[in-house]
Amino acid sequence: MKIHKYDTVIVGAGGAGMRAAIESTKRSRTAVLTKLYPTRSHTGAAQGGMAAALANVEEDNWEWHTFDTIKGGDYLVDQDAAEILAKEAIDSVLDLEKMGLPFNRTPDGTIDQRRFGGHSRNHGEAPVRRSCYAADRTGHMILQTLYQNCVKEGVEFFNEFYVLDQLLVEQDGVRKSAGVVAYELATGEIHIFQAKAVIYASGGTGKFFKVTSNAHTLTGDGQAAVYRRGLPLEDMEFFQFHPTGIWRMGILLTEGARGEGGILRNKDGERFMEKYAPVMKDLASRDVVSRSIYTEIREGRGCGPEGDHVYLDLTHLPPEQLDAKLPDITEFARTYLGIEPYTDPIPIQPTAHYAMGGIPTNVEGEVLADNTTVVPGLYAAGEVACVSVHGANRLGTNSLLDINVFGRRAGIAAAEYAKDAEFVELPENPAAFVEEQVERLRESTGSERVADIRKELQETMDANVMVFRTEQTIKTAVEKIGELRERYRNVAIQDKGKRFNTDLLEAIELGNLLDLAEVMATSALARKESRGGHYREDFPNRDDVNFMRHTMAYREVGDDGTESIRLDYKPVVQTRYQPMERKY
Amino acid sequence: MATPTMDKLEALEKDSTTSHLITVTFRIRRYNPEVAEEPTWQDFQLEIDPKERVLDALHKIKWELDGSLTFRRSCAHGICGSDAMRINGKNRLACKTLIKDVSPEKPITVEAIKGLTVLKDLVVDMEPFFQAYRDVMPFLVTKGNEPTRERYQSAEDRERFDDTTKCILCAACTTSCPVFWNDGQYFGPAAIVNAHRFIFDSRDEAGEQRLEILNDRDGVWRCRTTFNCTDACPRGIEVTKAIQEVKRALITRRY
Repeated sequence: MKIHKYDTVIVGAGGAGMRAAIESTKRSRTAVLTKLYPTRSHTGAAQGGMAAALANVEEDNWEWHTFDTIKGGDYLVDQDAAEILAKEAIDSVLDLEKMGLPFNRTPDGTIDQRRFGGHSRNHGEAPVRRSCYAADRTGHMILQTLYQNCVKEGVEFFNEFYVLDQLLVEQDGVRKSAGVVAYELATGEIHIFQAKAVIYASGGTGKFFKVTSNAHTLTGDGQAAVYRRGLPLEDMEFFQFHPTGIWRMGILLTEGARGEGGILRNKDGERFMEKYAPVMKDLASRDVVSRSIYTEIREGRGCGPEGDHVYLDLTHLPPEQLDAKLPDITEFARTYLGIEPYTDPIPIQPTAHYAMGGIPTNVEGEVLADNTTVVPGLYAAGEVACVSVHGANRLGTNSLLDINVFGRRAGIAAAEYAKDAEFVELPENPAAFVEEQVERLRESTGSERVADIRKELQETMDANVMVFRTEQTIKTAVEKIGELRERYRNVAIQDKGKRFNTDLLEAIELGNLLDLAEVMATSALARKESRGGHYREDFPNRDDVNFMRHTMAYREVGDDGTESIRLDYKPVVQTRYQPMERKY
Repeated sequence: MATPTMDKLEALEKDSTTSHLITVTFRIRRYNPEVAEEPTWQDFQLEIDPKERVLDALHKIKWELDGSLTFRRSCAHGICGSDAMRINGKNRLACKTLIKDVSPEKPITVEAIKGLTVLKDLVVDMEPFFQAYRDVMPFLVTKGNEPTRERYQSAEDRERFDDTTKCILCAACTTSCPVFWNDGQYFGPAAIVNAHRFIFDSRDEAGEQRLEILNDRDGVWRCRTTFNCTDACPRGIEVTKAIQEVKRALITRRY
């Protein structure tokens, strides 16, 4: 076991982690621990763009952007946070440009902008061009640009280090962060990182679904680490299903395809979104479009022999436009489906895409221990966190924005805190939990396989807590997850070695997914209303009287060691926008 | 939407809903110094749909047959650059290679990329690769005061370096280069591609410095234009052309 000491430790090296690292490295001695090489992070898979009311191509302002974000989130958004997001968006994009990001340009040489779902002119009048983009590889450019600037700033990375535990120590009745425990993939060695400030920026948890746009590595490790230590998770029932994933594979096809003029069609060739969203049509918010697609499928208008998908039609767009604006997604269609998007529509279905919920933070990125109390020295930003700027449904292009705005804020806040703070003394045997976890798995002689449990988890999540939910389906999922958690105790791995033991890490990741799936389903069961990405067929309306509030889920352990989930609720911050019916 | 298109799609979809499992042998170069000093070839037989990715096959092996098989992967659709490997002797991304396209009627060989130290099975030490990348100053350098808004760049100037912005640092190009195999000191195609991305960016002001770095004895002049790198690039970057453009810029000092 090795012990390291840093002012600031950042967990994760995607967009939020690296944006934070650029700030905190200038201000404090910083280490970035990442389970992947930084450029492998899933920020790189984001395609369509980053929202900011630059008004480079038409009239726009940050107030309209704020409104769209709040409406898009079905009014569960904390409005003070949304205002910060929209205001700071402009400098955020300009900062990236100055760091070197190669945005597409207008004929005047300014940053070009295009339309995206839910972004509108003057509070819903018509779609507006607000998304700043670099072809359909905006996330790739952001990830590369941030990594380039980390190289420039000399950011210190610990690559292929898995953070498996959060150290919290009680001092004068206050729980403070003392650091993290990490597992080094190359050697199997356990490392303690004592730090004045810790920032989680470890991304989402989409791998508990089967059809997902998420990478294999998105297993909610950060959420699970703090949750296990008794800190709450907020709004975990809200998960976004992106309307256009490649049929059965889930690979993302950007909403920018519809921003460029692409149209969704059913088996009769009908542009069905006109029925569901007369103004915004194919560019309604993602939850609305995904539900519409499944409604078409359920009512027998789906495509293919099994009627289980619809088409994304780009055939009316000029090939030059597809080559210039959508080169990557058209190549995906060719590579994985053998389809030519110039002439053939692309079979698509909704794909599990983004966790709106996560580790609760305030607008400085400080992690909350309950509705109001901050955990000194603990921060989170990006998909792992819940500020909450996305509420019940995130707008497209607001996540690349979120990681830049709140990654920067968390990086500055953590480093400033570390300047004045003292190190918190490490608890006795700081590595005990991780050592026990690793040894138990290495030595297990159980009969269960990781791959089997994971597959069953993914199948039950897809079947029961996806776009449409009812009390019965959610209960089925809760029961199944409970059964899988029991079986997980008996899981065994084949690779008993120390060197690059990915077999072991996959087992640990599965444990995280099981914990988080249970939180998600339990939170969803209790929310007896429909809002944004959470749609209950048995409660099809939004219920602002009883549920205009954030869910806060806590892990409780009884005296006899039994685990349970306690749900509490937190008020939504409302400033200038009163909830209205949501129409597109 | 025209009917012929629909018919064609119906056929395609019918084809992909019925499973055509075939038996494929994967011959994988195994190496784990915890177990044996020398690498060995191991065969695995799978029943698998040939339209699946090679990465799917590796997962099937790991998840169902041998949990110790070790490889890197993340996004699984050719964006993150984790899973470059030698498949039937050619560098490719396992997640972008469909089984049907690599002669599944014969054993499909899979081994680690060449020229970097193998650490376990298909995992190599990427550090020398990233060191070469860092050495070419892969970041925008500008002088003077920053503008309040964005820097202007014409669409043509932006297009000038578009090709080399696509790099995902997977190392498929560098580890397909015979010069790199023989001399690990050579910067290699990927580092030059990333230098190119900035040398030809109209906003950048450190082109001279980067050119001097690449004028080194281990720089661009080592390139023998074998085009292996261009063939290997999973992003379709014209790597050899980019290297040639850097060479030309060194001679003319115009870029």
